[in-house]
Amino acid sequence: MEEKKKAKKRVQMREQDPLKRARNFEEVPYAYSPEEAMEEASRCLVCKRPACMGGCPVEVNIPAFISLIKDGKFVEACYKIKEKNSFPAVCGRVCPQEVQCEARCLVGKKGEPVAVGNLERFVADYEAEKGEVKLPEKPKPTGRKVAVIGSGPGGLTCASDLIQAGHQVTLFEALHKAGGVLVYGIPEFRLPKAIVGREVEYIQKLGVEVVVNAVVGRLYTVDELLNEQGYDAVYIGIGAGLPMFLGIPGENLNGVYSANEFLTRANLMKAYLFPEYDTPIKVAKRPAIVGGGNVAMDSARVALRLGAEKVYLIYRRSEAEMPARKAEVHHAHEEGIEFLLLTNPTGFIDDGKGNVCAVECVKMELGEPDESGRRRPIPVKGSEFQVEIDVAISALGARANPLLPKTMPDLKLNKKGYIMADETGMTSARGVFAGGDIVTGAATVISAMGAGRKAATAINDYLKWKYWDFRGPQ
Amino acid sequence: MFKILKKQELSEFVTLFEFEAKDIAKKAEAGNFFILKIHEEGERIPLTIADFDREKGTLTTVFQKVGKTTEHLGTLNEGDFISDVIGPLGVSSHIENFGKVVCVGGGVGIAPVYPITRALKEAGNKVLSIIGARNKDLLFWEDKMRDVSDELVITTDDGSYGRKAVVTVPLEEFLKGGDIDMVIAIGPAIMMKFVCKTTEKYNVKTVVSLNSIMIDGTGMCGGCRVEVGGETKFCCVDGPEFDGADVNFDLLMERQRMYPDEEKAAMERYTEAIKGGK
Ligand SMILES: Cc1cc2nc3c(=O)[nH]c(=O)nc-3n(C[C@H](O)[C@H](O)[C@H](O)COP(=O)(O)OP(=O)(O)OC[C@H]3O[C@@H](n4cnc5c(N)ncnc54)[C@H](O)[C@@H]3O)c2cc1C
Ligand code: FES
Repeated sequence: MEEKKKAKKRVQMREQDPLKRARNFEEVPYAYSPEEAMEEASRCLVCKRPACMGGCPVEVNIPAFISLIKDGKFVEACYKIKEKNSFPAVCGRVCPQEVQCEARCLVGKKGEPVAVGNLERFVADYEAEKGEVKLPEKPKPTGRKVAVIGSGPGGLTCASDLIQAGHQVTLFEALHKAGGVLVYGIPEFRLPKAIVGREVEYIQKLGVEVVVNAVVGRLYTVDELLNEQGYDAVYIGIGAGLPMFLGIPGENLNGVYSANEFLTRANLMKAYLFPEYDTPIKVAKRPAIVGGGNVAMDSARVALRLGAEKVYLIYRRSEAEMPARKAEVHHAHEEGIEFLLLTNPTGFIDDGKGNVCAVECVKMELGEPDESGRRRPIPVKGSEFQVEIDVAISALGARANPLLPKTMPDLKLNKKGYIMADETGMTSARGVFAGGDIVTGAATVISAMGAGRKAATAINDYLKWKYWDFRGPQ
Repeated sequence: MFKILKKQELSEFVTLFEFEAKDIAKKAEAGNFFILKIHEEGERIPLTIADFDREKGTLTTVFQKVGKTTEHLGTLNEGDFISDVIGPLGVSSHIENFGKVVCVGGGVGIAPVYPITRALKEAGNKVLSIIGARNKDLLFWEDKMRDVSDELVITTDDGSYGRKAVVTVPLEEFLKGGDIDMVIAIGPAIMMKFVCKTTEKYNVKTVVSLNSIMIDGTGMCGGCRVEVGGETKFCCVDGPEFDGADVNFDLLMERQRMYPDEEKAAMERYTEAIKGGK
């Protein structure tokens, strides 16, 4: 009896106290100890036909790596994951496991699913700390050259796979630091930048040349890369980096940020360390964040850590519809973020000096489901109210940045400006592959990695046969 | 890393750098800007490209020391390196033979107006130029501007050199002639605002180049938002040049003053550090 009860609950990761962590940028959970990891691993049934693997976009052999943990073979467990996923330290922290592998876990049918993400994170950190990071044997050079554009999770994965296939690989990044959303978007307390730095260094050790400060489309065009600079193929993984605003009055007042700007200042530019770092950020007393995804949670929790007294999160549907990772919503609650649900902003108010001083909102109710399957929010007449704020952050999702695509007339885009690619990543432009958020729209780290990997395989094929037959996405 | 090849103090507050940036120089056009970050802890700031030499592979920029980053930049010397330079950014100036044009450069805005003036001249325009500053010490590039203009007027607010006037005075005299096809003006927001007020009376198209706060310069953050013709635009990718008649200059000036306390704090801290020998 005793035994069974225990197995229903997972081993929790110990966490920093919510009130304490709300004022620092250190990671929220402390890692499992080896004993805790082995105990959690022992909950895995090692199913013959593991359902969890079907939930993993890159098909990590989950039972196999968990079995290795059971035996105390942590470094080997990490290598097992790395056969399919090059960046377990990242994925263990940011994947939405609760809707992927863990959602299908058999143990989860009767209790809490096995904590696959926590275990993945444990072995990755263990390897980095203890094991020598293993460099694979250098493959035979193929004499082919590939350009990867954008150094987000998709670009990093693609570059890593291509270099291991023996091609020469250059990774071009527009910003001054590689990592994409992992460095500019996701905050330090969720994904320490040292981890991203380690992964970038790793692919450099494999031989990938990383060129930062290279805005492709401006500095070089894809056409020049292919026809003048001697690249045989190109992978575009430039993400969905364009911010969205609400389009309501007062949006250009001082103190109104896009989440992209707010997070870039805080994370990439390290404005939370101002004035040791030069980039300023408005330290708000009462910021309001608009949105319900990971980006909104991250913005709210960054604003809190910068020193806010009260942080509002304004979302037009109810909590059940929030697209954010459940763990982040939970953390946000714990830290005292105030959720204004079923609420929509309709305007920002000027303090008379060009700064935002309040947001005008309207209450919403949920009507019939819309195309997304979620119930459509409808404004409630006469329910307008104002909230006093000094910073507003709009975290409404992202769009495709046309800067690069617009320089490629033969690249087919969909109506929203995203690049059309088939399931291998092939686009309508010969020699050009694409994947990640710039193809799917804002999605997840792991799906971008999956796309990067698929495209690397397709690029290998293309470099053998130079065969091109774009049929468009199925 | 980008090596500074030449440094020239154009005045007490205005410095010129020519630095190595081979690939950017290859693509640079009049009207473009770049973003730089001096070192690891630095902020990213946009500066206009004042000149470029494709053969030598260099860019020239002119900046005024107005805050911590530009002060720090001014302490760098020939042979030193700038950690990050990103460019060329922004839409290039639209150059064609418009007929008769007036190019107005105010203060440090003389630098970016120069390559545009040169390009307009090369395209066959008749070019009348006005350069102005608060006083003589802040003026530079008189010769360079004269070389690419059919006529050059110099103004200072205090009369220490050239005419004692603001740039809009000679501008209005040119406009009264009735045959000006276009005006291009680059300088402080307040100057561009008054240039546009002046040209509006004569219904002459006026191009201005806006200097908003920026981070990435690629359309990713929206921090550079400006209002043009009642619509929100991103200065870095939609501009930096816009039709001045449509620009909301008051909003631009307000947004430029987004971080007064932080800028002051950074400057004070920097001055202290310098005094303390770093
Ligand atoms: C704040 C935030 C939090 C998130 N949290 C999570 C999470 O917890 N879990 C999760 O799974 N997903 C999360 N996501 C989504 C996830 O980060 C993205 O889906 C993923 O990063 C997409 O990867 P990518 O490789 O397609 O592109 P990105 O990571 O967007 O990287 C694209 C890179 O390309 C560069 N680039 C763009 N244009 C050019 C150009 N012209 N030339 C050269 N380089 C260029 C960009 O600077 C950028 O570095 C989050 C996103 C944000 C913004
Ligand atoms: S500077 Fe970031 S969008 Fe223009």
